[in-house]
Amino acid sequence: MIVYTLKRLGLAALVAITVSIISFMLIRLSGDPAIALAGENATSEQIEFIRIQYGFDRPLVIQYLDWAHRALQADFGESPYFQQPVTRIIGDRIGVTLKLGVMSLIFAVAVSIPMGVLASIRPNTWIDRIALSISVMGQAMPSFWFGLIMIIVLGVWLRLLPISGTDSFAHYIMPTIALGYYGIPAFMRLTRSGMLEVLSSDHIRTARAKGLRWGKVLFKHALRNAIIPVVALAAVQLGFMLGGSIVIESVFALHGIGYLAWESIGRRDLPVVQAIVLLLSMIFVALTLLSDIINAFLDPRIRVK
Amino acid sequence: MKSVLEVKSLYVDLPLPAGMLHAVRNVSFHVNQGETVSLVGESGCGKSMTALAVMNLLPRKGVRRAEVLSFEGRDLMKIDDSKMADIRGNKMAMIFQEPMTSLDPCYTIGNQLEEAILQHRKVSTAEARDRAVFLLEKVGITAAESRLKQYPHQLSGGLRQRVMIAMGLMCGPSLIIADEPTTALDVTIQAQILSLLASLQQEFEMGLILITHDLGVVSRTADRLAVMYCGEVVETGTTEEVFDNPIHPYTRGLMDCIPVPGKTKPGEKLGSIPGMVPTPIGELTGCSFRNRCPSASPDCARTETRLIEISPGRAYRCLLSPEACAVEWNRA
Repeated sequence: MIVYTLKRLGLAALVAITVSIISFMLIRLSGDPAIALAGENATSEQIEFIRIQYGFDRPLVIQYLDWAHRALQADFGESPYFQQPVTRIIGDRIGVTLKLGVMSLIFAVAVSIPMGVLASIRPNTWIDRIALSISVMGQAMPSFWFGLIMIIVLGVWLRLLPISGTDSFAHYIMPTIALGYYGIPAFMRLTRSGMLEVLSSDHIRTARAKGLRWGKVLFKHALRNAIIPVVALAAVQLGFMLGGSIVIESVFALHGIGYLAWESIGRRDLPVVQAIVLLLSMIFVALTLLSDIINAFLDPRIRVK
Repeated sequence: MKSVLEVKSLYVDLPLPAGMLHAVRNVSFHVNQGETVSLVGESGCGKSMTALAVMNLLPRKGVRRAEVLSFEGRDLMKIDDSKMADIRGNKMAMIFQEPMTSLDPCYTIGNQLEEAILQHRKVSTAEARDRAVFLLEKVGITAAESRLKQYPHQLSGGLRQRVMIAMGLMCGPSLIIADEPTTALDVTIQAQILSLLASLQQEFEMGLILITHDLGVVSRTADRLAVMYCGEVVETGTTEEVFDNPIHPYTRGLMDCIPVPGKTKPGEKLGSIPGMVPTPIGELTGCSFRNRCPSASPDCARTETRLIEISPGRAYRCLLSPEACAVEWNRA
């Protein structure tokens, strides 16, 4: 288990370095950063001044190492728009995004796993059809559109829920549903197909031959086996949800880092965009590592040699 | 002798896209205490379905009906699912063909063994563990105590099958159903597992239903046997009677397929039965073996065959008399 964890950790570190290089390069590829920072009416002297001030005249490798070195110390420089350290700007907003991401994940899991289990024990019945329809809708419907529909129906017509802001728990309900719905199809289908496969396996027949009650067969033996890939997916899906929150936060005007990213792209606030891209990627890498470790914990075939 | 299981006119039907599969048709047999009864036949002849019907573990949509299906005097056709679950793993245990996949990969051997007795008896986990260790030693597993903490993937196929046997014995059942318990194992392990089953059966005075396609296994272990073909019993009797004097052309064909030391000459070709087992789907008429039978006549397609009893417990299913069967067989 320790060797396995160290191996995964090593791989994660390699991925993290690669991702950081890519996120560093992406910003450079989108145009000359000095021109972007200087604004539309800048003279060539001003652009040149900014280029030297921000160190854009140095070789790329040096720029990257310098940037990475400071990033490791949580120093992403200063935002030209806010005139504040990037770290503080992100720190003020990341709470909202994490809250939204975790709540969405919980919502998605809480809805999709029972639905997947139900669909699997009654395959090809109306329960199964409804579950599959819900998941097809989730796959087909863009989350921003679903968010807008909810705003119109629940917020404007029925006046049940607030449509924007982060003041109370109620403010998070619609964003959570909109973002969580995005994760439901994958969880639901994986649970259903996993359960169907396990339920027809030999060891379930053994469990039944032992005289175990149906509930115990279903939850102790079937779900335990079927859930392993779902848990792995959940960790990765949380990463996608944090990424997806860029859209949802904009729709519901939640001041998280997603909304910040969207605004900063418009403002060409490069240090902020770069820091968010890097942060989200690192969270994603960490979640993937976490999912590998949870997987090994749940599956003795990985854990015990 | 006390009868443990009594099966009379058992039918199993499975709806398939191609039509109704009559997997088991009019099968009758009984098992006494301490006795081994073997169900013999090719793959798909309904022997496993017979066992699953007795355990009430048929696949979803599988339907069973029987004139009599009684276990220790209780009518299994009448009791509800939870009462049946009380019998399963408790009084009646089953060992499956695939030891590699028959254990749950997520739990330790100990957990899965203990679970079997905790379900049916009011015992502490410590007592359950002691029982598990006792039985693991009984089935010839060394270092039983430490095995309890191991997971199925850490054991070989032979060991896993031993664990399955120990699991079946946890509650001290009066009937064990072993469905091809050695088919998936190496030949050297097969003999060990069979003699283990036989000795445990003697020791605990259990009834044993041994399902197999291997006549060698039958001759060594079974007291009585029923040869099945296409969902029906085509011949039944004591092992001695059937091996010494097979009547049905199918039984004779099976016997011809095995080499006999001292009798089969080197280089001599072993017998084989031409053709394939028909799938019993839809309406069935006549003898199901007629297409592969060397003694078939036009009558075989029209007339229903019945199991004809020639002495108590000795029966065969053919239109011809035993003598005529023998004559026809030797001619062919």
